[in-house]
Amino acid sequence: MIIELGHFALILAFMVAIVQTILPLWGAYTCDGRMMAVAEPAALAQAGLIVLSFGALTYGFVTSDFSLKLVVENSHTAKPLLYKISGVWGNHEGSLLLWALCLAIFGAAAAIWGGNLPTTLRARVLAVQGSIGVAFIAFMLFTSNPFLRLASPPMNGGDLNPLLQDPGLAFHPPFLYLGYVGLSMSFSFAIAALLEGRVDAAWGRWVRPWTLAAWIFLTIGIAMGSWWAYYELGWGGFWFWDPVENASFMPWLIGAALLHSAIVVEKRESLKAWTIFLAILAFGFSLMGTFIVRSGIITSVHSFAVDPERGLFILLILAFFMGGAFVLFALRAPILAAKGVFALVSRESALVANNLLLSVSAFVVFVGTMWPLFAELAFGRKLSVGAPFFDAAFTPFMVALALILPLGAIMPWKRANIGRSALPLLGAAALALAGLALTFAVQTGRSAVGPIGVGLGLWVVLGALVDLAQRSGRGTAIERLRRALRLPRADWGRAVAHIGMGVTVFAVAAMTTWLREDIRAVNIGESFPLGAYEVKLVSVSDVQGPNYSASRAEMLVSKDGVAVATLFPEKRFYPVAAMPTTEAAIDQGIFRDVYLVIGDPQETGGYAVRGYVKPFANWIWGGALLMALGGLISLTDRRYRVAAGAKARAALPVAAE
Amino acid sequence: MRKLLILLTFIAHPVLAVQPDEMLKDPALEARARAITINLRCPVCQGESIDDSNAPISRDLRLAVRERLLAGDSDDQVIDYVTTRYGEFVLFKPRSTGSGLVLWLAGPLMLLAGAGLAYATLRARASAPEPAKLTAAEQAELDKLLHK
Repeated sequence: MIIELGHFALILAFMVAIVQTILPLWGAYTCDGRMMAVAEPAALAQAGLIVLSFGALTYGFVTSDFSLKLVVENSHTAKPLLYKISGVWGNHEGSLLLWALCLAIFGAAAAIWGGNLPTTLRARVLAVQGSIGVAFIAFMLFTSNPFLRLASPPMNGGDLNPLLQDPGLAFHPPFLYLGYVGLSMSFSFAIAALLEGRVDAAWGRWVRPWTLAAWIFLTIGIAMGSWWAYYELGWGGFWFWDPVENASFMPWLIGAALLHSAIVVEKRESLKAWTIFLAILAFGFSLMGTFIVRSGIITSVHSFAVDPERGLFILLILAFFMGGAFVLFALRAPILAAKGVFALVSRESALVANNLLLSVSAFVVFVGTMWPLFAELAFGRKLSVGAPFFDAAFTPFMVALALILPLGAIMPWKRANIGRSALPLLGAAALALAGLALTFAVQTGRSAVGPIGVGLGLWVVLGALVDLAQRSGRGTAIERLRRALRLPRADWGRAVAHIGMGVTVFAVAAMTTWLREDIRAVNIGESFPLGAYEVKLVSVSDVQGPNYSASRAEMLVSKDGVAVATLFPEKRFYPVAAMPTTEAAIDQGIFRDVYLVIGDPQETGGYAVRGYVKPFANWIWGGALLMALGGLISLTDRRYRVAAGAKARAALPVAAE
Repeated sequence: MRKLLILLTFIAHPVLAVQPDEMLKDPALEARARAITINLRCPVCQGESIDDSNAPISRDLRLAVRERLLAGDSDDQVIDYVTTRYGEFVLFKPRSTGSGLVLWLAGPLMLLAGAGLAYATLRARASAPEPAKLTAAEQAELDKLLHK
């Protein structure tokens, strides 16, 4: 009964979304206030109905209702509750429902907090948001319905993929989807602005918080996925340049570019057409990411053929929204005249350079991801594009980005003098170079990646600190500190996010260069050296988990005879899915992780053991979290709150920067 | 179990890949072997290198690579040895010849094109005339409004 209610709510949400699309658009066109007023209650109702529907599906998973086809395929009674819940979105149909849920929640949020938007703009934003909802709910209802029943329910289910039974991955998709789908708000704003034929500073201010929120979610989602890959997949890589990963990385890159160009629209009323273009593109990449993941076309052209209906449907959605958006863009972009004049050397230009590098790097990822498909279709060549290509083709753009970042952030708007802007950064540059040289001298004859990472990381981090110091003005240290603390939150957000970028750049370089690896067969009771550590395999025992069996090793890590940690790496076997997994054991530290994996027993006796010392591993995700935190701080900036709450507007003058 | 999950299992079959008994005694040669195998794709699994994969064929390939190295082949010869048998599908780093050149040049060319376009647009805009000054009549009107 509850399942049917959920199913019914989804169908009703579909109807509501259709109304939400058509009436407000028509109302905005004919200036009919009553029709436009339909948008808000419709957006709220759609959100409420999808929440209901999602709740019903979750109920089906939690109570292990095996009359539901989806539950049978993806759940099992012995599975822990957390994974019963995360199983809701650990599959195609459920993840689409999550997609639609995020979409409707963003639409409802825009209806609630969009009170200060002009009536026609609000109606159009909500209508465009509604139309995306129509497309995705239709996709679900007609090709991938999560509420299908089975005529004869089995006694138990097929279990969720054991790899996905992990707390990190349980919450990775919701964050990622909030990010993907959040970019739909930027898209809706862009389309609405094109329909209005008007893009101004106010539009920039309205669209930026939504983009920022989406980008924060995306950052956290990607970081979680990468962290999961690091500890779960058993060889400690953190990024594989897999199509599925790239699918989330492209919108992130374009989203980052959009964030920066929206600043120019907001402050200087320039780059309008470009910003609109990026907003469309960012959501386009989100849709394409969904297409890549859902159709499986990249892994193999043949897996697409297995289920062409679904892939085709998403392709149609993609073609409709992108095609429509770009046609509208081509028609309307010429009327978006830029107002602010700026010189070739200025912060505006620096932000253009930032946009160029971010977009081209996203393009490289795109070409690399799609190339195997293209080569097979066009030249009949079956080939692969993997990490070595991306490392070589993508990294230079990030290096260039990190190089120009501190200089661009410190330049004044409108017209700048490179010499004068660079002057305060001389100290940072000298320190960064010194760090680079020192690292190069200390390390023993290995690649230049490590030292360059140290130099770049220092340059970006110190640059952000210099920027803050510059803004605190003159006077005694205490005066300056007080002034720095009173700086707009946007300034702090920018500094923190840029520091995060520096930290990640450094950590990626450090971890890939100074990694220690050891693979060997070890007998019980035997010790082996691992970098500066000594690892002893104490024992291996069999343990039983809730839905798996495992052999668990006890390994003692010591340094100079002093025990550092006792680690318990496991090799698990999930009988229902008939799948083995490794659970690496990691001793996490500030400067290094000790990472141990236990393998199969060897014919010669003992066990295969992999050990790693990974320097600065946590800094990679620490940097990503700092980027997200910076975004969050920026999101709480007064100018957005002032813009949001009309009551406070009279009392608080808007900060100049 | 749907495609995302299938994809995920493909990128990451989490079982030890390189086994201790496969490794060469000579650390320099073993390091070369690892550097080669990490960039060769397992022909039967999706998106895994033969270094990471636990498929039997990957083990055979790992052993073959080491055999060739012991026989004195150069790195390129070993890679050619595997490629002639399994096609360029096994190369994670696609060749930069023929149509492959497009892939490698796409990024740099896009950057050049974008930079050129941005430079032209920005220069045109920077040298655009300042907004026209007010005419005497407009100025008088403005003064009247301001000092009313």
